[in-house]
Amino acid sequence: MSQMQIQETQALDARGLLCPMPVIKTAKAMKELAPGEVLKLTATDRGSIADIPAWAESTGNEVIEWHEEGDAIVFFLRKGA
Amino acid sequence: MLDEQHITTAALTEEDVRRIVQTELGRDTGPRTAAFIASKGTLDWAYPPLILGTTAAASGMDASIFFTFYGLNIIHKDFERLLKVSPLGNPAMPMPVPMPNLVLGLPGMGPMATQMMKAKFRGKHVAGIGELLESASDLGVRLIACQMTMDVFGYEQDDFIDGVEFAGAAAFLAEARKAHVTLFV
Repeated sequence: MSQMQIQETQALDARGLLCPMPVIKTAKAMKELAPGEVLKLTATDRGSIADIPAWAESTGNEVIEWHEEGDAIVFFLRKGA
Repeated sequence: MLDEQHITTAALTEEDVRRIVQTELGRDTGPRTAAFIASKGTLDWAYPPLILGTTAAASGMDASIFFTFYGLNIIHKDFERLLKVSPLGNPAMPMPVPMPNLVLGLPGMGPMATQMMKAKFRGKHVAGIGELLESASDLGVRLIACQMTMDVFGYEQDDFIDGVEFAGAAAFLAEARKAHVTLFV
């Protein structure tokens, strides 16, 4: 996967947490951001590979990029308008 | 909304119409709602309604959970003690060694199974029921206790955690009839 340089506004460490907590904590963290700002989420829940994009789609946010780093999955989420 | 001027002044091809209809259908026109019923009072079955309720709210839906019959255990102040799991009559429950029902019925097997499940969940960092209830409250999930079953079981409003509402079937249906997701757990 291509690695872009994305500058996050906030970072959220959800490593070790299982469903539904990565989504719950992501929703909470995104509430604090302004439209266009970016959250970097690091999770180890394998379900989040499907869940985070699904959550983003239903809430009008955007997964700009995601990749795996060892056991972890890193997402960059841009807050929608 | 459709741009009326655009429609009346321009000749639309079939493709244009298809595109406009697609866009309008795909657009979220209002808040989505989810209404769940939680009717079971064991530790394992406490999870699905709480997980779905909190996730629905975190996904921007108006979510409510209606707790009825044994499901009332989940929002009882004493939920930590009330929510148990039993291996008896549950052949799907993983046990360290295979055990016949006769053994599973012995005193102490229920508490042991409950402790095993709690330890397993903690070990895997699954959120506890308390944490999920807190998230539900943070996210504005409506927690509604069934007044009829409360009366049958002899519960008072004070027996339940803060923020619980009290209502009956008509109140649930009023929510459910406008809900996009309804599930009975």
